[in-house]
Amino acid sequence: MKRIHRFQRPPRILSAAAAGGKEERRGPHGEEFDFCSPNDLFGVQTWEMAEGEMARASLSFALKKAGIRAEEISLLFAGDLQNQCVASSEGLCSVGAPFVGVFGACSTMAEGLALASLAISGSSQVSLAAVLTSSHNCAAERQFRTPLEYGSQRTPTAQWTATAAGSVLLTGEENPKKTGWGPGGRCPQISEVVFGKMVNGGITDAANMGAAMAPSAADTLLTYFRESGRTPADFELILTGDLGKEGSALLSLLMAREGFYLQEKHVDCGMLLYDPEKQDVHCGASGCGCIASLLSCHFLPRMARGELHNILAVGTGALMNPSLIQQGGSITGIAHLVHLEVR
Amino acid sequence: MQNKQEYLALTEKRAARSPVLRDCFFAFVIGGLICLAGQGLRSLYLALGIEERPAMTLVTVTLIFLAALFTGLGLFDDLARIAGAGTLVPVTGFSNAVVSPALDTKSEGMILGVGSKIFTVAGPVLLFGTLAGALYGVLYYLYGVIFV
Repeated sequence: MKRIHRFQRPPRILSAAAAGGKEERRGPHGEEFDFCSPNDLFGVQTWEMAEGEMARASLSFALKKAGIRAEEISLLFAGDLQNQCVASSEGLCSVGAPFVGVFGACSTMAEGLALASLAISGSSQVSLAAVLTSSHNCAAERQFRTPLEYGSQRTPTAQWTATAAGSVLLTGEENPKKTGWGPGGRCPQISEVVFGKMVNGGITDAANMGAAMAPSAADTLLTYFRESGRTPADFELILTGDLGKEGSALLSLLMAREGFYLQEKHVDCGMLLYDPEKQDVHCGASGCGCIASLLSCHFLPRMARGELHNILAVGTGALMNPSLIQQGGSITGIAHLVHLEVR
Repeated sequence: MQNKQEYLALTEKRAARSPVLRDCFFAFVIGGLICLAGQGLRSLYLALGIEERPAMTLVTVTLIFLAALFTGLGLFDDLARIAGAGTLVPVTGFSNAVVSPALDTKSEGMILGVGSKIFTVAGPVLLFGTLAGALYGVLYYLYGVIFV
């Protein structure tokens, strides 16, 4: 069974934008975010609603940059970490676009991009697809872990859920007239996608998500390299979502055992979002807003400017449920791959 | 991935351990300072002419209040991140365990939010604390009947 979906007419990314919170603004890429809320509330009263506002803000900025109206969106793929993906439905209802809710924990951005690419290549009705995901530290922590102000010590392998959202607009047109990349900007394309298999490494520690996701990331990357005949050396970057310091080290180890050496090609968004020296985030960032925001505000713009040409983006998710963990269950990992190119 | 057992062993071996000595040091110092503050409060209340027993109750109440206040100001968790058991073990930890879910669930209303979720963290302590108290009461009664 072949697993790589290769597109005859690859979908183009014509715009992207990111929104974040105050910790994200303080991070190394803070200045690149299109909008950051100074108090993480985005002008509303609760964290749950704030996440919806943040998601909507990122989409608004992506549309505005390209000069596109929300009514032109033929399909909107969105997801988040809250129960019933309520940030997406709460925040995006007013957009008025046909909505496809997606859940792949923190792999949702890659999953959405892959699904949107399939939709664009498979249906002539889909002229413009929007993909966005978000995560909010305050909404996620109280749902998955402990109350926000609860005083406890986190273990060294713990990660910090990012307050961030990223929106990407995709089209099937080869040379889209309106783009958000400015004069001379080139639209990155999605050449290939791989949907990952779920892999359960038996991890039961919810404070070690990196270890729970690393086997699935390795599985998807190995599948891609073996089937395509390529190696890490063929790419400028191999980007992962939120493996963090621990998960990244485990991924390198698992890949090296199979003869694929990622070395400095591998970059994890979870390790880029915050400054480990100044921000107390232990193993780095996590959450589906992590890769979504950094793709949207850093990596895709760099591709559009011609600084990067050929990268793999792997969204990594820990399909974690707090009740199941308490019942003695373990955390299943998932990773989807998107091959981005500028030609 | 070859083998679940092998992978688990690998991740457990790799995973960085909490810095136990440092954690113990800060727990001792900060927890000790909280106790010292309690002692100071006791002396203060006694100096104000309050009797021994009500003074002790006042000390507890004051510490509970201060922990609740600092939780509300968003400072308690910052201190607890360093102090660990130093803030958890004294009565301050219990206060924080009750106030923090209350703050979180305030947006869901007084009844279904705060009312039903205020003890999500402290609930086990209350339940088993009460049970242990009742059990001790029974044992104390039996001891009285049999030996006295």
